Amino acid sequence: MLEITDLVHSYGSHRVLDGVSIRAAEGELVCVVGPSGCGKSTLLRSVAGLIRPTGGRVLIDGRPVERIPDNLAVVFQDYSRSLYPWMTAANNVALPLRRRGLDRRRRREAAMAALDQVGLADAAEKYPWEMSGGMQQRVSIARALAYRPSLLLMDEPFGSVDAQTREDLEDLVLRVCAHHGMTTLLITHDIDESVYVGDRVIVLTRSPTRVAADLPVDLGRSRDQIATRQLGAFVRLRAEVGRLVRGGSPTPTVLEKH
Amino acid sequence: MEHARVLRGVAGVAGFLAAAEIVGATGLIDDRFLPRMSAILRGAAELLADQEFLADARATLAAWGLGLLLTVAVAVPAGLALGALPPVERAVRPLIEFLRPIPSVAVVPLAILLFSDNLHLRVAVVVYAASWPIVINTIYALRDVDPLAKETLRSFGFGPMSVLLRVALPSAAPFIATGIRVAAGTAIILVISAELLAGGAEGVGIYIMEAASGNRMDLMLGATLWAGLFGVLSNSALVAVERRLFRWHDARAGVAR
Repeated sequence: MLEITDLVHSYGSHRVLDGVSIRAAEGELVCVVGPSGCGKSTLLRSVAGLIRPTGGRVLIDGRPVERIPDNLAVVFQDYSRSLYPWMTAANNVALPLRRRGLDRRRRREAAMAALDQVGLADAAEKYPWEMSGGMQQRVSIARALAYRPSLLLMDEPFGSVDAQTREDLEDLVLRVCAHHGMTTLLITHDIDESVYVGDRVIVLTRSPTRVAADLPVDLGRSRDQIATRQLGAFVRLRAEVGRLVRGGSPTPTVLEKH
Repeated sequence: MEHARVLRGVAGVAGFLAAAEIVGATGLIDDRFLPRMSAILRGAAELLADQEFLADARATLAAWGLGLLLTVAVAVPAGLALGALPPVERAVRPLIEFLRPIPSVAVVPLAILLFSDNLHLRVAVVVYAASWPIVINTIYALRDVDPLAKETLRSFGFGPMSVLLRVALPSAAPFIATGIRVAAGTAIILVISAELLAGGAEGVGIYIMEAASGNRMDLMLGATLWAGLFGVLSNSALVAVERRLFRWHDARAGVAR
């Protein structure tokens, strides 16, 4: 569904991405984890068509990304800058639906349904600045859901909320992505999170960035904040991802299991 | 907080009026040159029943309102165009920097030559002078729009024009409104200045000139007082409108009321 091949990007003479290749199958939730400053956001922006990479190819459903694809939605880390403070939650969610050619009433219905899915049906008429950080990020997620993208990109979506809210949002994303069968690329620097949320974890190296490892997560689709994190497979995989993020080399025993 | 502030303001004005009256009463200043404060206030009150003054005030307000409306219609789109197109802005910038510091009153003699109609003359002067704060504020506000806010809309496939109208314009609106408020103050100054310099049949400026030549200092200063009071009132009315419209801006910026 998503094919990133040999992606290269440089800012001036500084090479950020040095041949990154990632594939995601239809409906798969792929986490991309890497040390900070490794060009994760550059990767996401290239896939979203927001910047033109220096080299390489990005294909979505077999079509190259040249301009901004219309079957894609992005959830950014900074919800307070990404939501529009002059609009209510419902209007924020409804705004992108203008691109879908829906009339006012249909946009409203779709926005309310998406807000209901993220548990904010009662907050539709609130303004973002009247909401907590976690609620605001839920609105951002609802905005992406309502747009019905076939590819969802998330850039450190839980990076600005407290630990409890973070767990709630992780479970929310797992639930809605599975429900809609959306292919999702979630970028994070949190090792634990990448294993908990992902069907696969892609570990990136330091800049200039390459793929250090591509690890399947054999934990099944249903996850639980307490039980899953206690599983031996979870603990081993988390340790492996941690080693790789710190620049270690892959452990053969862990990889043999898959 | 708000009450205490208003109370202090009232106390300050009352104190000034009382001091001015006392200075007048001591005979320190000759009444013929500067009437006592009580006489000026009485003159200002009398003007409310003076049909001639009321007609003049209406004429001044009409020129002010029309001029400000036209200014907004010209300056906001101009500011948007310059703010959205940096190359054009860089090309026009030197011209703006040259024209802006010229005291606006200095263009009145030119306007007298260009316009035979007195209303046209005053409106033209207002548009010239009052456009600057709006244009400049709009340019800077557009430059400061959060890039992520624009990128978000862009990521949903919206084009540059949609991003300008749906994100940049609303983000910039509170600053544009401040520009309009400053422009409203400039406009009242310019209308009355044009009336004083260009003469004509009606306007508060004309009334002031006639009162002065008739040696009615009390009426002259009374009319001046009304002009100042109008400036204060229009400013607070616009502040109130801004607070109402841009509640989201204050709430986000954490402005204490």
